[in-house]
Amino acid sequence: MAVTTYSGAEQYNFEVVKKFAIMSIVWAVIGMFVGVYIASELAWPFLNFDSPYISFGRFRPVHTTSVIFGFGGSALFATSYYVVQRTCQTRLISDGLASFTFWGWMAAIALADFSYMLGYTQSREYAEMEWPIDILIEVVWVAYLTVFVGTIMRRKQPHIYVANWFYLAFILATALLHTFNNLAMPIDLFSMKSYSLFSGVQDAMTQWWYGHNAVGFFLTAAFLGMMYYFVPKQAGRPIYSYRLSIVHFWALGFMYMWVGAHHLHWTALPDWTSSLAAAFSILLLMPSWGGMINGIMTLSGAWDKLRTDPIMRFMIVALSFYGMSTFEGPMMSLKEVNALSHYTDWTVGHVHSGALGWVAMITFGSLYHMMPKLWDTKMYSRKLIEWHFWLATIGIVLYIVAMWISGITQGLMWRAFDEFGNLQYSFVESVAAMHPFYAMRAIGGMFFLTGMVMMAFNVFMTIRQGKRESAALEAKLAAKLAHA
Amino acid sequence: MDLLMWFSKPENTKPLGLVIFFVTFIGIVIYAYGSKKRSDQLESYRNIPFLDDQEDTKDKQ
Repeated sequence: MAVTTYSGAEQYNFEVVKKFAIMSIVWAVIGMFVGVYIASELAWPFLNFDSPYISFGRFRPVHTTSVIFGFGGSALFATSYYVVQRTCQTRLISDGLASFTFWGWMAAIALADFSYMLGYTQSREYAEMEWPIDILIEVVWVAYLTVFVGTIMRRKQPHIYVANWFYLAFILATALLHTFNNLAMPIDLFSMKSYSLFSGVQDAMTQWWYGHNAVGFFLTAAFLGMMYYFVPKQAGRPIYSYRLSIVHFWALGFMYMWVGAHHLHWTALPDWTSSLAAAFSILLLMPSWGGMINGIMTLSGAWDKLRTDPIMRFMIVALSFYGMSTFEGPMMSLKEVNALSHYTDWTVGHVHSGALGWVAMITFGSLYHMMPKLWDTKMYSRKLIEWHFWLATIGIVLYIVAMWISGITQGLMWRAFDEFGNLQYSFVESVAAMHPFYAMRAIGGMFFLTGMVMMAFNVFMTIRQGKRESAALEAKLAAKLAHA
Repeated sequence: MDLLMWFSKPENTKPLGLVIFFVTFIGIVIYAYGSKKRSDQLESYRNIPFLDDQEDTKDKQ
């Protein structure tokens, strides 16, 4: 293992990391605001204001795209560029290409959001962008792969640290998923409208092969890469077991690819296909928990940090939610459980316990660790980080409890029969029963969003503070040189 | 052609897949945990995130 000097920020390209980190927070605020708004629309429908542009159907993909690809994606670009440089101890291979990935990615998210509001969608969940935006994403992604692999190839450290393996798996798998899921034929060269190359059950299969692997590789493997670097850094101690991380990586990467069909239980898909997916989903519990244990045990011997360090608290709570949602997922993939849970709010709650509890919390922890280092200062307010942590945690708990109750109630109401064998409840009765839980979910979202706004303010002030400090230092040096 | 036809039958490819994947997994576990020397080497990589924090210039293999 080579040990080389850390010769300061100029050794690395931190400019692109800064840009992505800032935009990650901007997209988080936008995406979470839209999320709270659509949750409120479901609870208080007058908020639609009879406008098609902000109706639930159009606003929902604005929310998912902004938070998954805007917030999550930008955070992954930022942290992967940061981690690959610092663990390979070399600068990004091309500043120009890295900058292109930033502007290209931002354009793709903004164009996607506007196109949804205008009513353009290819109606594929988490891949609603129409074909011109898909092509832009494809180009940006190839540039990203080039920058990342090129940087690894010119590393000064002989070994490739495990966090980079996870990031690379995420980049490769996402390229594969994005390409094949978006195979479509435009109706005209100058039309946004296109039709998928797949139809019927093959279309559904492709969609959920993409959909669940977007969860597996975009929202899990990549954020595990984040975890493998930032948890040890924040804890000030190396990862619990490097060997476990190797087994974790290969097992997780192999098993995720098989599980997408568990979204299609009790459909036209052949029974064996979704059963196979369910079997792999159960097996997936082992690598998932292996990774969680590896992260949490990193703190072994330094548990007091949980009391004293709010950033560490974000990370450990993230890992706990990761463990919880990777237990809940396999359970929901069982056919009997799925018969109750599918098409209900339970699924929505499950997604959010992963997305808010795991993805967002590990990102907050990592950004709170990384951003002061980028601007060579300390976080502006530790108190605000504490507040953010509690608001986010309370928000998630409110959200997922509301969706558990709502989802199980829905499932039970839809399958209830009276003594004559007729359905006991009409659909609208189940909708009316959901109302208190939809309000509770919206309030949970408001808690989470408030915490996010606090983070945005805290980061803004931190950057300002960092710039002031560096200007003061430069002025001091200039004065010293003038006197010399 | 017969060989291709053999692969087209799930009753052949399922156990074959099981054997290939199981052996690969066992191979990875043996690679990670099988040798004390390799284990020590692998565990030394845990420290990579901390290497560029050091102020002194050193180069050692």
